[in-house]
Amino acid sequence: MLEVAIKHAFGGFSLDAGFTAPSGVTALFGRSGSGKTTIINAVAGLLTPDEGRIASRGTVMLDTHHRINLKPHRRRIGYIFQEGRLFPHLSVRQNLGYGAWFAPTPAGRQDASRVVEMLAIGDLLDRRPGALSGGEKQRVAIGRALLSAPELVLADEPLAALDEERKAEILPYFERLRDEISVPILYVSHSASEVARLATTVVALEAGRVVAKGTAAEILGDPAILPAGAREAGAVLTAHVKTHHPDGLTELEAGGIALFLPTVHAAPGSRLRIRIAAHDVMLSRERPEGLSALNILPGTVHSVRPGDGPGALVALDTPAGRVLARITRRSAQTLALSSGATAHAIIKTVSVAASDVGAAAAT
Amino acid sequence: MDWLGPEEWKAVALSLKVSFWATFFSLPLGIMTAYALARWTFPGKQILNGLVHLPLILPPVVTGYLLLLTFGTRGPVGGALAEYGIVFAFRWTGAALAAAIMAFPLMVRAIRLSIEAVDPKLEQAASTMGAPPLWVFVTITLPMTLPGIVAGSILAFAKAMGEFGATITFVSNIPGQTRTIPSAIYAFLQVPGGEASAMKLVIVSVIVAMGALLLSEVIGRRVAARVGGR
Repeated sequence: MLEVAIKHAFGGFSLDAGFTAPSGVTALFGRSGSGKTTIINAVAGLLTPDEGRIASRGTVMLDTHHRINLKPHRRRIGYIFQEGRLFPHLSVRQNLGYGAWFAPTPAGRQDASRVVEMLAIGDLLDRRPGALSGGEKQRVAIGRALLSAPELVLADEPLAALDEERKAEILPYFERLRDEISVPILYVSHSASEVARLATTVVALEAGRVVAKGTAAEILGDPAILPAGAREAGAVLTAHVKTHHPDGLTELEAGGIALFLPTVHAAPGSRLRIRIAAHDVMLSRERPEGLSALNILPGTVHSVRPGDGPGALVALDTPAGRVLARITRRSAQTLALSSGATAHAIIKTVSVAASDVGAAAAT
Repeated sequence: MDWLGPEEWKAVALSLKVSFWATFFSLPLGIMTAYALARWTFPGKQILNGLVHLPLILPPVVTGYLLLLTFGTRGPVGGALAEYGIVFAFRWTGAALAAAIMAFPLMVRAIRLSIEAVDPKLEQAASTMGAPPLWVFVTITLPMTLPGIVAGSILAFAKAMGEFGATITFVSNIPGQTRTIPSAIYAFLQVPGGEASAMKLVIVSVIVAMGALLLSEVIGRRVAARVGGR
């Protein structure tokens, strides 16, 4: 458990944020300039806030009232930076070993080989960072942070510098991290789809203030909180892989409802998180017939929230979970959608991007 | 090296000795000064910077005279050191001191530039992994600064080999004691028939200077390739 409560002012910007992060991934989510990186650097000790207290598992790292301010090297953290920051003059093996020197209970050989295996970097050990691709560098950076035996892992937009393909390559490693290590992970991101896939807890920030805290589904479904507003709103559903069909479809099951997605590389029975963007969902009062879309979820309207423009965001409670649909206000009126009305959510299989599907934490 | 007479050979050997020790002893101080100038902000930083660069701008004779006033046997520092048996005035050690001070700005400059080129974010990364500041310096900053340290040392060595004005003012021109190559060339040119000896030393100077440049180029490239992460 990490507890953070800090105040900091600089250059016309003021930060006043407090939250607690349980184990699992806590995402600091907000647009750039909302104070995410300031918070994570304060936790790391790379920046000293004007006022505040930061404690992790009973260790007070910062307490301005009691004049406690541990130096970064005494905070037992593993920091994964956006740009990797591998040491260019050391080999991958030496980079990985760097933090182990200072671990009070040195990460054992089996820990090292487990991390190397988990991140699939065994073939890179004798190379130098200059000879690695962006994705490989970031994997090594993750391993390096883990092998310093941290009590808290910090990640500052670790995927932001990578292209879509590399992101897709790295995200599963973070999912494994979330599910396999017991220490809390503080993960800074402005990407709704990253947060949807990784976060167990989301702390939404805006202009230096915490505006909301909750599960990924709660935060990502609220257009008032999202950095890009309704454009980014979406639902996060949890489903089981049921079977893979020979025509390239993967059949999943969520709350007794079958969902068809483009091939998902996961074994039958595994739990997945799926983000369904609100603008990819259509609504129909009647169950539609003769429609190409494969996923039709019956449900009851929970709320209709008109937006600033011509749009409205409809939350529909279905057996698979709450689904969001972004439709026009005109349609909402024509269909007489209001709380309690029954409707069907229609989701095209091909509109669910592979990057919006990832492993869910085992429960 | 038969073509060098005993007089000339003595001058060459002395110059090499003086330059080596001048570089050797000023290197740690040079690295510390360069680091302070590159990374720290402290009151009086500009004064330190000015002091370091002063020998570059002052007439060498002035530097030599100031050294004589300070480190002479009756000078405030020289007198105190003499009690411990450390004497600079009119000894080869004094020649080394003069050479070190004259070469110091060049050394600090080269090292400072390469320290400034090290991304502090890498040092931060090392500290988040539990490395205390001194260890970060030794394992990250220093190795990455190596090209600058090598270049600065060779530059300082070459400068020390050629130092004349401050040396002759501070420690005079005593054969076998303080007569380095430049002093020897000067001395040979003062006596009739000395041109041949002077010319030999000129050739040695050119060879040493060229050798130093080539060496720094080769070493610099190797180290840069290593540090560059390839």
